[in-house]
Amino acid sequence: MRAGTGIAVLALLLALGVGALAQDKPPPGDATKGKQIYLADGCYQCHGYVGQGSRSTGPRLARPELTFDKFENHIRKPSNEMPPYEEPVLSDRDAADIYAFLRSLPPPPSASSIPLLNH
Amino acid sequence: MAKRTKPGATGAVGRRKFLKGAALAGAAAVAAPPLAKAAELPTAALPPKPALPIQLAAAEAQTPPAETFTEGKDGGDFMVDVIKSLGFDYVCANPASSLRGIHEAIINYGLNTRPEFITCTHEENSVAMAQAYYKMTGKPLAVLVHAVVGLQHASMALYNAWCDRVPVFVMVGNGLDAEKRRPGVEWNHTAQDNAIIVRDYVKWDDQPASLQHFADSAVRAYKIAMTPPMGPVVLAIDSELQEEPIEPAAQLAVPKLPRTTPPQGDIAALAETAKMLVAAESPVILVDRLARSQDGIKNLVTLAELLQAPVVDQMGRMNFPTRHPLNQSARARGLITQADMILGLELRDFWGSIHSFRDQIQRTSKPITKPDVRTVSIGAGDLFQRSNFQDVQHFADIDLAVAGDGEETLPYLIEAVRGQIDAAQRGAFDARGKKLAEAHAKSLDEARDEAASAWDASPISTGRLCAELWEAIRNEDWSFAGGGNQTFFSNWPQRLWDMTKIYHYNGDSGGAGQGYGGGAIVGAALANKAHGRLTAGIVGDGDLMYSPGSLWTAAHHKIPVLIVVHGNRAYHQELMHVQRMADRHNRGIDRAHIGTTLIDPVIDFAKLAQAMGVHAEGPISDPKTLGPALKRAVATVKSGEPVLLDVVTQPR
Repeated sequence: MRAGTGIAVLALLLALGVGALAQDKPPPGDATKGKQIYLADGCYQCHGYVGQGSRSTGPRLARPELTFDKFENHIRKPSNEMPPYEEPVLSDRDAADIYAFLRSLPPPPSASSIPLLNH
Repeated sequence: MAKRTKPGATGAVGRRKFLKGAALAGAAAVAAPPLAKAAELPTAALPPKPALPIQLAAAEAQTPPAETFTEGKDGGDFMVDVIKSLGFDYVCANPASSLRGIHEAIINYGLNTRPEFITCTHEENSVAMAQAYYKMTGKPLAVLVHAVVGLQHASMALYNAWCDRVPVFVMVGNGLDAEKRRPGVEWNHTAQDNAIIVRDYVKWDDQPASLQHFADSAVRAYKIAMTPPMGPVVLAIDSELQEEPIEPAAQLAVPKLPRTTPPQGDIAALAETAKMLVAAESPVILVDRLARSQDGIKNLVTLAELLQAPVVDQMGRMNFPTRHPLNQSARARGLITQADMILGLELRDFWGSIHSFRDQIQRTSKPITKPDVRTVSIGAGDLFQRSNFQDVQHFADIDLAVAGDGEETLPYLIEAVRGQIDAAQRGAFDARGKKLAEAHAKSLDEARDEAASAWDASPISTGRLCAELWEAIRNEDWSFAGGGNQTFFSNWPQRLWDMTKIYHYNGDSGGAGQGYGGGAIVGAALANKAHGRLTAGIVGDGDLMYSPGSLWTAAHHKIPVLIVVHGNRAYHQELMHVQRMADRHNRGIDRAHIGTTLIDPVIDFAKLAQAMGVHAEGPISDPKTLGPALKRAVATVKSGEPVLLDVVTQPR
């Protein structure tokens, strides 16, 4: 019994460890394809063409700090106003491609470097 | 008893004789030159008469009744006396046969001054112009609409004005006496009760049966419209009343317009409110349609500074300076969540301000406030409401509802607050104010960072669009006319610009009825013209397609204005809604564009504007070219002309 419990705990720890590794390293995605899906699936409608977000419709997505798991979980089961996107309309593969696209976006210029934003 | 003044003999003496002469010689002229020229046409110049059928020839052989010409004043002239007494600067109208009497009287008897006739191509534009003009000046405009169909055209815009609590003085033609109606169309354009179609969303209406009745009802309507809560009014004016000569023995008089005072909140209730505000650790002031004047802004600043309390401006009006350290509009939710006392000033939706709402398959809502938060509302909305249309909004749990006009009540609340604050509290308030000032600075930095994040993107980001527009106008005496729902471009002007004056922002449509933008921007610009102010507005492409004729009005009347088209090429709000529905069914959204986008073909708004005599550039999709285009546009507007820039934009 005790041995069984120990193995189970070990398995759980291993699973958590593997999970943590998986979070650290997102699945490989195709950024070019991801851009196409981002536009075709309407992500841009609320989050802008380059993932800049809008206060009135949806948060910034460009260069996400979220891990892929959290990113995908939010797509599947959003806690806010966002409609859910499930597997039949957005596969895991698609989600990974979109994630890759968002990660590939260049950093925006800093506001302080834009004279028009300093009045 | 009110003292009445006799109508003056204002107007063009001899107009009737002039018309008589013109009519004698020019009646048969087709596409005639100006009437004076028509009167000089020789008989030989008239086209030969065609042979008449026998019955008609017999009828013509009979002597027709002699035409009589009005030598004195007619009903339309007297109506103009009444209208002039109310001080309207302009009357916005699309011309109509049911209004021909008063139309002619305005331009000839009234010499087309105060009011001046503004030609509109759609009644929706006439009302939207009047709505925006009032908000910019505090003065209502008169609007003439054709019997039945004209009022039907105007009805949506009237609903916007109603929801926005804005006075608009509408006169609708009619032909009450069936015996005198011309056969055909005039019957279609007559109603027993014209105003019934808008009665649920106007404050008052009447159908005067005599000229004196018209005078009394016009002054009454004006008074009702201008007493908070304000709203549109409608008078149905009979054609015969407009056109019939005034009997020499008629004793007509223009009633005196009383000076009215807006209702103010109960003093005892204000003392209680002041106690709550002073005792609160985390008060929040929410404000929506409060300020009508610079004094309204000044008083709200005074109240906020006395308490060092945060102000969340929902921008139904220009209420509070955007760069004031106590302006915490960007932090609304966080502040409301932590508040122990919330004061709502002229809010259109108190409940919506203190609840979250999820538009998912199962719609859910919950309060975002602390359970023991104390809430007070001050507003004129409690004094008058109609039942059918639901602009009343969700009923809110409010501890104390003070019925009274917000702007009028504010000075009394300030005095009550002043009397409650002691030295110890002042110290605590100052510490609170310091923290709020830091938070305000942080919010501004965040807004700038967000605006930078799609700076070089094409389509052009709404952040860049608004930053470039601000750069182009900020050194002028400028006025931002709004033009519709500010969330459609992410409230960037309120977040990035330094707005301090009452005319720096003109609110929204009120009822969210599309078709407001074009007329509203041009109406605001008409108001600013007299002050030499540079007016700019942003209108959605979908919205402008309802009211493109407003561009022609701007060109025709030489109204200087910069109209920027937010061209996201979609009814974008609806596109998102259809996407949401498709998601609910797991059907994908690849067909959500059907019925929601404005592409294939895209609309060339620059050509549209040019076709109506408006200077225009576009489509502009390269962000680098936007700044120079705006510079050119501002230079043209400053020369007195309207300009349109068609900008291809990101959705929001």
